[in-house]
Amino acid sequence: MERAYKVYAINNGTVIDHIPTPLALKVVEILGLGNEGIFTIGVGFQSKRLPGGKDILKIENRILLESETDTIALIAPDATINIIKDGRVSEKRIISIPQSIFGVMQCPNPNCATNKLGAHRHFELEDKNTMTYRCQYCERVTEIIPENLTAPE
Amino acid sequence: MTTQDLWTVVTTAGEVKAGMHRGCLLDKTIASLFFEPSTRTRLSFESAVVKSGGSVFGFADPGSSSQKKGESFADSIRTVTGYCDAMVIRHPVEGAARLASEVASVPVINAGDGANQHPTQTFLDLFTIYEEFGRLENLKIGIMGDLKYGRTVHSLTHAMSLFDAEMVFISPPSLKMPSNILSDLREKGVSFRTADTPEDASDMNLDVLYVTRIQKERFGDPLEYKNVAHGYRITRDTISALGEQVRIMHPLPRVDEIAEEVDSTPNAIYFTQAHNGVPTRQALLGLVTGGIN
Repeated sequence: MERAYKVYAINNGTVIDHIPTPLALKVVEILGLGNEGIFTIGVGFQSKRLPGGKDILKIENRILLESETDTIALIAPDATINIIKDGRVSEKRIISIPQSIFGVMQCPNPNCATNKLGAHRHFELEDKNTMTYRCQYCERVTEIIPENLTAPE
Repeated sequence: MTTQDLWTVVTTAGEVKAGMHRGCLLDKTIASLFFEPSTRTRLSFESAVVKSGGSVFGFADPGSSSQKKGESFADSIRTVTGYCDAMVIRHPVEGAARLASEVASVPVINAGDGANQHPTQTFLDLFTIYEEFGRLENLKIGIMGDLKYGRTVHSLTHAMSLFDAEMVFISPPSLKMPSNILSDLREKGVSFRTADTPEDASDMNLDVLYVTRIQKERFGDPLEYKNVAHGYRITRDTISALGEQVRIMHPLPRVDEIAEEVDSTPNAIYFTQAHNGVPTRQALLGLVTGGIN
């Protein structure tokens, strides 16, 4: 029972569990939650599934869109998403890596038009098995690097 | 682009060279925006416009553009799009032409974007090969030089893989074809091998040896560069080893990688290749502006 109070329950909103420690703050960043509403973060819980520990993020009074929860899969492919309404789990959402990424991933190529000329960041999935994406401007193929994920443009 | 699109450009270039589609750019104005220096590409585009009856304006030096005053690239394109029927852009930043195509209301032709693509070079390479052999399918192609960084050879490799080419990649160990390109070829079932010297491919009866420059700045040690570059110099002896059927291509400029003694042989087609830039670009401009249907 003690565990239930480490990150208090919410009545409405979105709960993201099984985020590998210490990436919860990165999830906050790529969702653009920084100045918006109330969210609670728990860091470093023990987890059978994640030997390095897990983080939990609870976002109050906001139901994330599927496009947003799929973005989480870029850094936390095993994350579980529960949508809470009136204190109950109304939806257990399965996430999968997105076909397209807009805005949140910076191209690692410093000479790309997205870094030099103000083009809007846009990647398309190149290979699902290797989780690689192709920049739609410089055409460079890149793996997901958490440091290159930022707040949405 | 699809294989059919490539064919359309190649066959139209042949028609232009044969005298068809005269005046296909009459009353058309083409903007030539070169944000970095270029000789062959810019002059052949401008020649293509004039030969087809169009007019051309622009700049050959980014110092003369209003970006010097702080205007954004996108705003420059949004402005120029109102002055022309199509624009040709070379820019040192990768993806610049794609960004331009998103904000322009006229067709944009990429004349080279940094280390990314130089598609019109590939079109003229394909046209030259087609003109020489009467086909693009089932040819044996050797590609030699800086295969690691050369955008021209990457694009040509991709294009030839669409036509069931058998390929050999000849380079020093430090400048080999990137592994992701080789993986793509394997996935497509393309037949290829690698070699250290052109002579290693003498058993293949190559149709084409496509030579590119090995750049001195890729080597930290000048002596190492000299030693490596020496092994990648095409002479009459190299042609004898490869067989008299082989045709030598090069995107130019060359430095030392093809001996001048090769120029006068029937194997050398690199100046014809450079000249083919004009009908190829006439064809492209005619197609994108509607002057050729």
